Amino acid sequence: MKLTIHHLYADMMNLYGDRGNVLSIKKRCEWRGIPVEVVDVGVGEPIRPTGCDVFLFGGGQDREQALLAGDLAGKKGAELRAIVEDGGVVLGVCGGYQLMGHSYETPEGEKLPGIGVFDLHTEPRRPGEERLIGNVLVRVELGGESRELVGFENHGGRTYLGDVEPLGTVLYGHGNNGRDGTEGARRLNAYGTYLHGSLLPKNPWFTDHLILSALRRVDDSFELEPLDDTLERRAFEAMASRLRGRGGS
Amino acid sequence: MVLLRDARLSGAIAAARAARVASRLLRAGGGSTVPGVVARRVDPYVLQALSERLPRGAVAVTGTNGKTTTARMAGAILRAAGVRTVSNFTGANLVTGVTAALVADSDLAGRPAAEMGLFEVDEASVPRVASETRLRLLAVLNLFRDQLDRYGELTHTAKVIASAFGHLPPGAAVLLNADDPLVASLGRSAARPLYYGVDEPALDTGRLQHVADSKDCPLCGAPLSYSAVYMGHVGVYRCGRCGFGRPEPAYRARRVRLQGARGTTFVLSGPAGEREVRLQLPGLYNVYNALAAAAVAGEAGAGMEHVVRGLEGFGGAFGRVERVRAGDREVFLLLIKNPVGFNEILRTFIAGGDARHVLIVINDKDADGRDVSWLWDVDLEMLAAARDRGLLSEMQPIMAGGLRAEDMAVRLKYAGLPVGEVVPGCDQALRRALNTTPPGETLYVLPTYTAMLEIRRALSEMGYTHPFWEDR
Repeated sequence: MKLTIHHLYADMMNLYGDRGNVLSIKKRCEWRGIPVEVVDVGVGEPIRPTGCDVFLFGGGQDREQALLAGDLAGKKGAELRAIVEDGGVVLGVCGGYQLMGHSYETPEGEKLPGIGVFDLHTEPRRPGEERLIGNVLVRVELGGESRELVGFENHGGRTYLGDVEPLGTVLYGHGNNGRDGTEGARRLNAYGTYLHGSLLPKNPWFTDHLILSALRRVDDSFELEPLDDTLERRAFEAMASRLRGRGGS
Repeated sequence: MVLLRDARLSGAIAAARAARVASRLLRAGGGSTVPGVVARRVDPYVLQALSERLPRGAVAVTGTNGKTTTARMAGAILRAAGVRTVSNFTGANLVTGVTAALVADSDLAGRPAAEMGLFEVDEASVPRVASETRLRLLAVLNLFRDQLDRYGELTHTAKVIASAFGHLPPGAAVLLNADDPLVASLGRSAARPLYYGVDEPALDTGRLQHVADSKDCPLCGAPLSYSAVYMGHVGVYRCGRCGFGRPEPAYRARRVRLQGARGTTFVLSGPAGEREVRLQLPGLYNVYNALAAAAVAGEAGAGMEHVVRGLEGFGGAFGRVERVRAGDREVFLLLIKNPVGFNEILRTFIAGGDARHVLIVINDKDADGRDVSWLWDVDLEMLAAARDRGLLSEMQPIMAGGLRAEDMAVRLKYAGLPVGEVVPGCDQALRRALNTTPPGETLYVLPTYTAMLEIRRALSEMGYTHPFWEDR
């Protein structure tokens, strides 16, 4: 059984080390002997799901985001919506997360349509408001377990959730909008978040959750072998304890 | 009025001197910015007044990578040509740092000792510095992703730099890297653009690196097509839609030969002729710095003879590339600031093949960039692949240090490289790494900016070098 990582707009939406997310999934499959393939999906190229897939949608600059909003408005957006409704595994980070909502308004006032898999919208920061930047610690309830994620956020846009569950609650940092304490969004097996840093390498439990969710769509009894995560745990703990220690940074 | 003006200027210079002495006595660092702040408080026009008295005017060098090295190289060339220059200290590249440098160079009557200013200027400070100094030339080296958390986006940075062109006096040149599309596109807003670039097909990497920042036409947004990619998004390019393409360089480097960590040769050609240059510095990025420096000095009147002598005698700017004798070992410091610079250092390791002991030190203070996700854009897989091909058989497991030692270790692990000791902190990591380096061998240390300062301080405390403000 082969897992396919579809890296959406890999050439444009790779602003904050999104490659780390791709590598994290790829290596953690390879170390377990699970065949894995990475497919870059560019503008104008169709998505070809294989049945066992993870879709990654990273962050970009406003200029890139505008260039590909047009591509998403066509067939590709509809395909992604169908994939999410069908329980496909999708992770959107930063710009990719914003475009998974209804709309993203740029600081210049241009309103870019999103694909609307999450009931949320993103407003530009108002004059006098700062970009939301810094390390983040988030509490996430997933599969009956309470876990934590660390990452780094850097966004001007403020995201407001409608009828959609947040990915987690902010312990330290700003999150969706710096006001309501929510971070990210989730629906079925689709996740959106402002956390990069990169997100997955330092949060291997979440990486494994995405991998297992994809594999279980083919074989619902699939189990993952544990890996030696000493270094990853050290990296998580170094940042998490720094944030707990001084009330955020 | 004139007397009052002069009195105020003298007061500003005197106050700045007092502040410099005080900050050194308090061991508050190099005193490289505080005197500028103090002087500007006494006389807000101090920079303007002093820069008008520089007989040969001033040059500002900006861009993401290579500002310090380029300014230092141009200074070495001009020194060889007998021109006295004044430069700001490393890291003090805001308007206060430029002011501090010029104030320190002037007597109490407000007369600078130097004939020409040669300033490295932070991208965001260019309009301010340009409005207060009489720039004969503004050099823009490159625009890479660096510390986005401070400056926002690249296209915004380009706009900020272009907004300074209006402050340039008539006849002033804007020197631009022809091979960086976003930088080259600034030529359309400049009254007198001048370009430099590399013509060396052998250096084509054949692919846009993961870190390429601007692969689309800066004018119309269509994808650029490249006939050569040298590093990141830097290369020979053309837009198929609007026809924007790499401008013809006036200063160019051909027959570039990278010779490991210790040097590079190339043929430099410019309006004054053509000569072979043997740089003591590694990597293609230093060829770009040398080209820009040759253009800066050439435009200021330096002859080819001085250009070659200045460049060949140049041993590296503080901390960028530096060799320090540490007892019976050698420490080779190579500053890393962003993925492109990091990749170039990895390339020199692969070309040299002899690096054995490597320590990477990552900090995440403001001056380093607080976001370390850029580590994932570094092509460490290239190093792992070279190792798999047996090219780096001597290399020991790479050690990680600094405030983000653990992040670096995870990055190495996912690249498939053996991870050595992981030691949080800079001082401790350096000491451990020196201990594991056998006598007679070289320890390569790759620090981010503030890690470099800490490493330098630790070496100095061990008696191996001097504090940096004594080292100009």
